Amino acid sequence: MSVLAQRQRVRTWMFLSPSVALLLVFMVGPVIWAIYIAFTNLALTGPTALHPQFVGVGNFVTTFHDVLFYNSALASLEYLVGSGLVGQVILGLILALLMQSPRRRFKGVLATIVVAAWVVPEIVVAFLWYAFLGYPHGLANVFLILLGVPPVQWLYSAPMVAIIVANTWRGTGFSMLSLSAAIGSISPDLFEAAAIDGASAWQRFWRIVLPLIKNTLATNLLLITLWTLSDFTLVFVLTGGGPGFATDILPIYIYQKAFTFYELGYGTAISLLLLAIGAILSLLYLRVLRVEI
Amino acid sequence: VRAETDITRSVAVAVPAVRRRSVRWTDVGAYLVMVVLFAFFAAPFLWLLEQSVNPVSSVSLTMPRHFSLENFTTIFRSGLATTPFVNSLILSLGTMALTVVVSALAAYPLSRYRIPWRRSFLLTILFMTGLPITSLIVPMYDLFVFLGLINTQIGVILVMSATSLPIGIWILRNFLETVPVELEEAAWVDGATPFVSFVRILLPLAAPGIGVVATLTFLGAWSNFYVPFILLETQGEMPATVTIYSFFSQYGNVLYGQLAAFSLLYSLPTVVLYFISRRSFGQSLTLGGVKG
Repeated sequence: MSVLAQRQRVRTWMFLSPSVALLLVFMVGPVIWAIYIAFTNLALTGPTALHPQFVGVGNFVTTFHDVLFYNSALASLEYLVGSGLVGQVILGLILALLMQSPRRRFKGVLATIVVAAWVVPEIVVAFLWYAFLGYPHGLANVFLILLGVPPVQWLYSAPMVAIIVANTWRGTGFSMLSLSAAIGSISPDLFEAAAIDGASAWQRFWRIVLPLIKNTLATNLLLITLWTLSDFTLVFVLTGGGPGFATDILPIYIYQKAFTFYELGYGTAISLLLLAIGAILSLLYLRVLRVEI
Repeated sequence: VRAETDITRSVAVAVPAVRRRSVRWTDVGAYLVMVVLFAFFAAPFLWLLEQSVNPVSSVSLTMPRHFSLENFTTIFRSGLATTPFVNSLILSLGTMALTVVVSALAAYPLSRYRIPWRRSFLLTILFMTGLPITSLIVPMYDLFVFLGLINTQIGVILVMSATSLPIGIWILRNFLETVPVELEEAAWVDGATPFVSFVRILLPLAAPGIGVVATLTFLGAWSNFYVPFILLETQGEMPATVTIYSFFSQYGNVLYGQLAAFSLLYSLPTVVLYFISRRSFGQSLTLGGVKG
C-alpha cells in the first residue's frame, strides 16, 4: 500500500471515530444490551435486579400468551392506521392540493398554522388537546353545546378517536410540506396538455398527480409509520394508556411493564419485537428511497 | 397598446363564460374546505393564548375580564420556569454542538475519500435514521444504570446526540458532495493540511447544511420528552418538557394559567426558530435532506 493511501486511511478513521464511537455505545449498545436482558428475568427491584437469571426464550413465550400484549398491538395498529395512514396522509394530501392554486391568498395563513401544529413540542400538543377536549367546558364541547348536542367526555367515552384526531392534528404538517413539494415539482405542461384533452380535475389527480408523487407518498407513509409506532408522549399524557387499556399502545405498555411493574426483562423483550418491526420498515424505506451513493 | 388589447380580446374569446363560472364554484368549495381546516388547526391554540393572559384560571374558554401578564411574571418569580429553561438550554445546545461537530467530521471522509465500504456505511446510517429508537429506552435505562450515567445531563446529551447523528451525517455528507474538490486542492497546493482546508474552506461553504443540522438537532432536543423523562430523576436537572408534565399532573386544573404561560414560552422558540430557518434553508429543513 502506498504511503498516500495509508495516510488517507488513518485520516478516515480520525474523522470517523467520534461518530462511530457514539453510535456504537448509544445505538448499537442498547440493542445488544436489549438482546441480552430480553433473555433474562431482570427486574427493577428485588433479588433479580442484581442477579438476573437466564430464562431463555421465556419472555417471548410469555408474550404470545399475554392478552394485554395483543391488546396493545391492536391499539397500536388502530392508532397507526387512524392517525398516520388515514389522518395525516389524506389530510396532508388534501392540504397539499389546496396549496397549489396561486390565487388563494389565504393558503399562506393556513399552511403556517398547520406547520405550527407540527413544530410545537409534543408535550404542549398533549396539554393543548387535553384542554381542548375538556369536559364540560373545553372548546370542543362548547362547540357541541352551541349546536345543541350534549357535551361528551371524549377521553373516557371515545379515547381512541380522541388520540387519533390529536395525532392527526399534530402530524399533518409534515405530510403537507413533503407532498406539496412533490406536487409543485410536476411540470405545468402536463396539466395544460391534460386540460386541452378535456381531462377533469378528478382525472388529472388520478392520472397525473398520483402516479408522479407515488415515491414521495411511499416515503411519507413509511416515515409516518415509523414515527407513529414509536410515539409515546402524546398518548401517555392524554390517556396514560387508559381508560382501562383502551389506548395502551405498545410503547406505553413497554413503559408500564418496565417502570410500573418493574419487569425490565419482559419489557425489553417487547421492545425488541417493536424494534424488529421498525427495522423491517426501515429496510423497506431504503428500498423505496432508492438513493444513489 | 393595440397588441395588448388584441391579447385581451383573444383571451376573452378563448375562455368561455361557462368555464369561468365553474372555476369560481370550485374556488368557493376550496375556500370552504380551507376555512374548516383552518378552524380545526387554530382552535386548540386559542385556549392556550387566552389562558396565558387571563389571571383567572379555568379549563373553559372565556374572554378574559382583563388582560394581564401576571402568569408570565409568576412562573419566573416563583422560580418554577427558570431552572427548567436553563436545563433545556444546556441539553439542547449541548446536543446541537456535539452533533454538528461529530457529524461534520464524519461527513468529510465520506464525501472526499475513496473508501471501499463507504456505500454500506452510508446505507447503515440511513437505515439508522429510520429505526424507532424510543423503543430502546428500557434497555437504555438499564445500560445507563450500569455505566453510571443515569440521572446525568451529559448522559442525556450523549443519547440525544447519538440518535440525531445519523440524519446529521447524512445531510452534511450530501452538502459536502456539492462543494467542488478543486477549491480544497488549491489550498493544499498552498501548503494547507486537510484539517485546515476542512475548517477554513469546506465548513464555510457547507454552512447551510450545518445550519439545517443545527436547527433540526436543537428542535429535536428542545422538544424531547421521553429521553430526559426516563433518564433523569432529580427535579433540579429536569428540562422544561418534563417540568410541564409534572406540573400538569400535580396541579392540573388549579394553575392552568401558569401552565399555559409556561407552555407558550417553551413553544415559542421552536416555532420562531423553525420559521426563521425555513426562510433561509427552505425544503431541506422539512425533508431532512433526504430526497424521495
